[in-house]
Amino acid sequence: MSLLPTPRRTRATDRADAERLPPRAGEVIDRRRTVGFRWNGTPYTGHPGDTIVSALAAAGERVFSRSYKYHRPRGLLTASYLDPGCVVQVGDEPNVRGAHRLLAEGMDVRSQNTWPSLRFDVRAVNGLASRFLATGFYYKTFIKPEVLWPAYEKVLRTFVHAGEVPPDSAPGVYDKRYAHPDVVVAGGGPAGMAAAVAAARSGATVMLVEEEHQLGGHLRWGGPAELARLAELRAQVAAEPAIEVLTDAVVGARFDDNGIPIVARGVPGIDERLVKARAGVLVVAPGLVERPYVFAGNDLPGVVLSTAVRRLVNLHAVRPGRRAVVLSANPEGDAAVGDLESAGVEVAEVVDARRGESVRAAHGRSGLRVVELGDGRRVEADLLVTAVGWTAPTSLLNQSGDRPVYEPRAARFVPDPTRMPENVLAAGGIVGDGDVDALVEHADAVGREAARRAGRSASAAVAVPALPVADHPELFSAGTGGFVDFSEDVSAKDITTAAAEGYDSVELVKRYTTATMGPAQGKLETVNTVAVLAAATGRTIAETGTTTWRPMWAPVTLGALAGRSHEPVRYSPMQPWHERHGAVPLIAGQWIRPEHYGDPAGEVTAVRTGVGIIDVTPLGKLDLRGPDVASLLDLLYVNRWSTLGVGKVRYGVMCAEDGVVMDDGVTGRLGEDHYLMSTTSSGAATVWEWVENWLQTAHPEWRVHVTPVTTAYASTNIAGPRSRELLGRLTDVDLDPERFGYMQVRTGRVAGVDGCVLWRIGFTGELSYEVHVPAGYGLHVWEQLMAAGADLGVRPFGVEAQRVLRLEKGHAIVGQDTDGLTQGFSAGLDGLIKLDKDDFVGLPELRWQRERDTAPRLVGLRPLDGMVVPPEASQILDRAGGIAGRVTSSRMSPTLGRSIGLAQLDRELAEVGTRVTIRLPDGRDVTAEVTSPVHVDPEGARLRV
Amino acid sequence: MMLLPCPWCGPRTATEFRFVGEARPRPDPATATPEQWRHYLYVHANPCGWSTETWYHRAGCRRYLSVERHTLTHEIRAVRDAATGTTAEAAP
Repeated sequence: MSLLPTPRRTRATDRADAERLPPRAGEVIDRRRTVGFRWNGTPYTGHPGDTIVSALAAAGERVFSRSYKYHRPRGLLTASYLDPGCVVQVGDEPNVRGAHRLLAEGMDVRSQNTWPSLRFDVRAVNGLASRFLATGFYYKTFIKPEVLWPAYEKVLRTFVHAGEVPPDSAPGVYDKRYAHPDVVVAGGGPAGMAAAVAAARSGATVMLVEEEHQLGGHLRWGGPAELARLAELRAQVAAEPAIEVLTDAVVGARFDDNGIPIVARGVPGIDERLVKARAGVLVVAPGLVERPYVFAGNDLPGVVLSTAVRRLVNLHAVRPGRRAVVLSANPEGDAAVGDLESAGVEVAEVVDARRGESVRAAHGRSGLRVVELGDGRRVEADLLVTAVGWTAPTSLLNQSGDRPVYEPRAARFVPDPTRMPENVLAAGGIVGDGDVDALVEHADAVGREAARRAGRSASAAVAVPALPVADHPELFSAGTGGFVDFSEDVSAKDITTAAAEGYDSVELVKRYTTATMGPAQGKLETVNTVAVLAAATGRTIAETGTTTWRPMWAPVTLGALAGRSHEPVRYSPMQPWHERHGAVPLIAGQWIRPEHYGDPAGEVTAVRTGVGIIDVTPLGKLDLRGPDVASLLDLLYVNRWSTLGVGKVRYGVMCAEDGVVMDDGVTGRLGEDHYLMSTTSSGAATVWEWVENWLQTAHPEWRVHVTPVTTAYASTNIAGPRSRELLGRLTDVDLDPERFGYMQVRTGRVAGVDGCVLWRIGFTGELSYEVHVPAGYGLHVWEQLMAAGADLGVRPFGVEAQRVLRLEKGHAIVGQDTDGLTQGFSAGLDGLIKLDKDDFVGLPELRWQRERDTAPRLVGLRPLDGMVVPPEASQILDRAGGIAGRVTSSRMSPTLGRSIGLAQLDRELAEVGTRVTIRLPDGRDVTAEVTSPVHVDPEGARLRV
Repeated sequence: MMLLPCPWCGPRTATEFRFVGEARPRPDPATATPEQWRHYLYVHANPCGWSTETWYHRAGCRRYLSVERHTLTHEIRAVRDAATGTTAEAAP
């Protein structure tokens, strides 16, 4: 006859509160209200303040997941954020910490990766897992033969322990915030609270960050004295307006100069917020994490930590079991015995490790049934509580440069105060032990010192009292097997096997077995891993050392890192007109601009035969003033500028110091010391920084002032044989070709708008004027041009027509007809590059490129079959079938009625008239003839009318 | 995430800046050999220790700064405006 009661099988509505205790002094649930939710499809209820798992535990549930590799049933272990057995799927959110996430009405909670069900998981019983997943299985299994990799992947996928993100998931709301507190306190237990209060009272602004939902740490599950102290400390925190409290938030890491990312949940309307804090001083006060004990059966549901029991009983008023065995090595374990008795749990046996008593193994199938003691006795129990010691979660200190040292007397790592940087302090259990008074007194001094170091208090350095560590037996493993890492299903045997196979360094063991690499980030597992490895290799824990504690402290969602989308989009002032007239939008960097208005070929013809206008506002524009602008232009452009007269414009190309073409554009001289430079649309920001770089670092003596005016002007290009006629109707500027010739600039009034800049240039190959008007009048001038040109048949044209027009004219586009390796003489710039200048950026490389004369050339191409338009990036073959170049631009020319192109082509094939083979993407070859890049009007007669 | 003390804007997070590179003298383009020029283009000393670098305060004053930084500890011992030589102490 079993001493344990048979689990009740009841209707769902009876499940709520079956294990709920009468009210407890420190409970955090609101019994007046209930919250309904579903667990694997079945309705349950809990109370506000319950976590998902405390509500399920109150209903008598004990199994919450299946383990990662072996699909063993897992239940509560820590009843905290770290609990490895309580990771669940909530709605469309995977990997939710079920022992931390608060219950909310209507939650649809499911166990992850259990098939066919949590109760009966096929993969746990068929033994498949243990055969496949040997120690270091990543490196041993599924390697050969390679043809089976897809099959291996399928097998592995069904074992992967993770939730799923359905494709139709609603996007979450994530954001970011920047904060500059004087002091960040990581941890809101008694020490953290006291440090925050002391720092605030000394004049510092404080951000107090707590992982759990309330401040208080272990005081919350203490007796009346602790609860009174908790109330007092909370009142002190609340009384300090300079303290900002963030609960349900974690300090993720400590980066250089106290850059501190904090992931905060529970902000109204927001799933997660990443607070990027820059703190004067960081106070590390995370307390201590209770360490599991390693023994056979230590992962059975019902084997729990003493802190888990104390949380369940005192915070959530849940009876964690019916009959308990307690393995205790410390006063906290003894206190758990008292909590169990007060909760009506029969304590069958207290095993006192301080007297040399021990536990060998836990037995049961889906839950604990029998505890096997060190003396051989077997005790029936459904609860085994272990209190065998503490891990100091030193991540933030390690990331600050500290190297905590192992203190065998206390069985834990303690910070090395000599290696802490000035702007990092530690308080509370991570430093040492003591009663609440001692912890608070120490933390109070730390808080005052933090304010002083943050520059908020002029007092002398604060004498921080010592906080000695208490003696504690070293208790890690019973030597009977069991799990070291619950998240990753790494057993003690896996560690010893790894050591026997030669992986005897802790960093190697970590990678080979994946121990400490799970969601708890080593806080539960690292020290046990080190201890088991130390035993296996005959070394001490200090000699074995620990693995590196890297950021982040806790796993961070991608949403929190990404934050809100802040993708800037730019429109020209003419955008409303474009939208009303059917413009097809083109995304060009940050700009959205018309690709065409429905008929790009017709737009080309309009420009060649009549007049068209294009919105070229995205062109980069820099206003340059000062007596040394000509020197600057001579330095940055490959061509000569000192000869440019007032009223003239010139096309220029910039190369980098390696001779690679960087940007191009037209610059006009508006006055004696006043120039307007244009750049490519995508190069505007880069060129501005480039200009400033040369001015500030190479020639600070030059007097040049640079103002970016890209969006100060709206720009329209009026192109076509009738462009002069159209523009003449709207401007008082004299357009007579005798007085306003090709490549000249004028300023004046257009459509009633003063302060316009008019360039007579010819990117399209036609007579054309580029008009830059103050941006606020851009739409007005555009509409006036369309109205005034109605009888001339004026048409708007988009980027596509402009690309065709310039291709017909043979004008290269930087970044399309050139790439990151194209030096000047490969870009068709032979006539432009002035190697006889004393200096310009990239001069030596271009000189050597010219001397070598082996570089590819930019050439024109015409397929013999003029109806074939080889796709851009098609390869050009040499006579041996190797790659001799590529098609960089390719279009059907409406003007010529045949296909034309530009290409980068090896020097040997670049002579005009050469026949080359183009290989199309579908594998067909076509023959093309090399031509001059200029396909239309090579003499430029159309420009000079 | 280190802080960089801009002489004009004060201490700012490094993400506000663009790292331009080690400060290296530009050879005379009239006399430089290909070896010298490519050394200037591509060869970086990349010391483990003190390094004089150029940083551009892109999201701030848009000034180029000359920064002496310890590449191992990220300690910064001198920052001045590359053009004017202004240090934080001398800036208004």
